[in-house]
Amino acid sequence: MTTTQRPVTEGLFTWPPSASEPLRLIGSECTACGLVSFPAASDCVRCASDESKIRLLADRGTLWTYTTQNFRPPSPPYDGPETFEPYAVGYVELAGELLVEARLTEPDPEKLRIGQDMRLTLVPYAVRDDGTEVMTFAFAPVEESAQAEPVEEEAS
Amino acid sequence: MTEAVIIGVGLHPFGRFPGKPAMDMGADAVRLALADAGVTWPQIQGGYVGSFEVANPDAIVGKLGLTGVPLRGVFNGCATAGTAVALAARAIETGEHDLTIAIGLDKHPRGAFAADPSVAGIPPWYGQTGLFLTTHFFGMKINRYMHDHGISHETLARVASKNFRNAAGNEKAWRRTPLTPEEVLASPVLNHPLRQYMYCGPDEGAAALVLCRADQAHKYTSTPVRIRSTSLRSRRLGAFEVQSPSFPVGEPVESPTVDASREAYERAGIGPEDVDVAQLQDTDAGSEIIHMAENGLCKDGEQERLIAEGATEIGGRLPVNTDGGLLGNGEPIGASGLRQIHEIVLQLRGTAGTRQIPGTPRVGYTHLYGAPGVSAVTILST
Ligand SMILES: [Zn+2]
Repeated sequence: MTTTQRPVTEGLFTWPPSASEPLRLIGSECTACGLVSFPAASDCVRCASDESKIRLLADRGTLWTYTTQNFRPPSPPYDGPETFEPYAVGYVELAGELLVEARLTEPDPEKLRIGQDMRLTLVPYAVRDDGTEVMTFAFAPVEESAQAEPVEEEAS
Repeated sequence: MTEAVIIGVGLHPFGRFPGKPAMDMGADAVRLALADAGVTWPQIQGGYVGSFEVANPDAIVGKLGLTGVPLRGVFNGCATAGTAVALAARAIETGEHDLTIAIGLDKHPRGAFAADPSVAGIPPWYGQTGLFLTTHFFGMKINRYMHDHGISHETLARVASKNFRNAAGNEKAWRRTPLTPEEVLASPVLNHPLRQYMYCGPDEGAAALVLCRADQAHKYTSTPVRIRSTSLRSRRLGAFEVQSPSFPVGEPVESPTVDASREAYERAGIGPEDVDVAQLQDTDAGSEIIHMAENGLCKDGEQERLIAEGATEIGGRLPVNTDGGLLGNGEPIGASGLRQIHEIVLQLRGTAGTRQIPGTPRVGYTHLYGAPGVSAVTILST
């Protein structure tokens, strides 16, 4: 069975997913002062310019802080599943760009730490009655082993 | 410029009052404040009234008397009461009125605040995907603060335990069952590292203050409380604030609390070292800890030792939230800051009963913080 997916909204991240173009958040950059915004904003909160251009943000960053969501948020506005699974949220620092708030794929606070390397991904935060998965952006901890430089195996 | 002083305070209990409208609670608080001041409603020349739930809180004249008094509705998130008292004081300072009133009243439904993100200028996806919760901000702010400044989970629990213990001695508080730090730490985590008993809840209540010109105070009271300064500031670019889908990288920018606090001390000519008793926004136990430093009452990280030593207890060097704070009283948004000032007035008059701090307190401090990044500070003295 093929699952249909759609983004929670247009213009938040690159869509549809493609093998050739990595997933990126769609931000904006003020053409007057260079301030980076997410979500993309036409008005600049630093210099009050109303001219900006689209900027695709870095897909890697570090975890600046985090918390967990252990109870189902009030609906509306939350429209995730009735059967609630705790999740985590945090701010990820994209170097030289901004700190972005996002869901984290790892719900266990014991497995999260400030300064951790994170990468952008998508999660199906809700499934509609017809089976459509509604996708939003999230950050996942980068596996330490996958990230580390190759090292000589220690002699045993 | 003429100085404004508080000559009367009135507080409707905070909690749950099924069947009683917010407007009736507000009218009760006003009557208590008028009686405390020894004045009647027709003498009031102007006022400011704040509420989140009531569309026209100024309609309270229908309960008090249609005297034609100019009564203006105000709203500024959790800083609403700070705004009401600041404007009521300003009307006296500028000579517009001699006798004014600040009123706050609210009646929130049970559970966490639910709202449409669009009213806060936030896109719909932020709420749909489960990010639009103020409790996330408090969890994330204290988590980062604990990491940077060595604050322990036990200290969070001690703060909550203190505020519930103080509330137990306050007949108008909502949560009057004392809880040990161990009981606080045994409650379920809501937003790591914050647990159920570390959060305040929205509830119901009302409060009112009667203000007059300092040079006329002798006509009403022998114990006027001076409003030395009020300050309200909104967030600056780069500060880490509630309900922010993103914020800029770079040098950390201080919160509006730091800005409002500095301005309030400067206007009052009073320093943090002069403060005898403080009421700080304790939406959660972590907020009280952070707000001690943001209001200049200690350095970042000192809280761990100060709280362990009991410095913020009623008998300590710097009593904080002597009436139980928001943790013990809950938060009817429009009334919360006036409840704080009510407590400071009792403390400065020396009439706080079993909650009375020792000695002869002269300076009291109140602070509010809320969405979307706004803080209000009021400094009071004898
Ligand atoms: Zn700009």
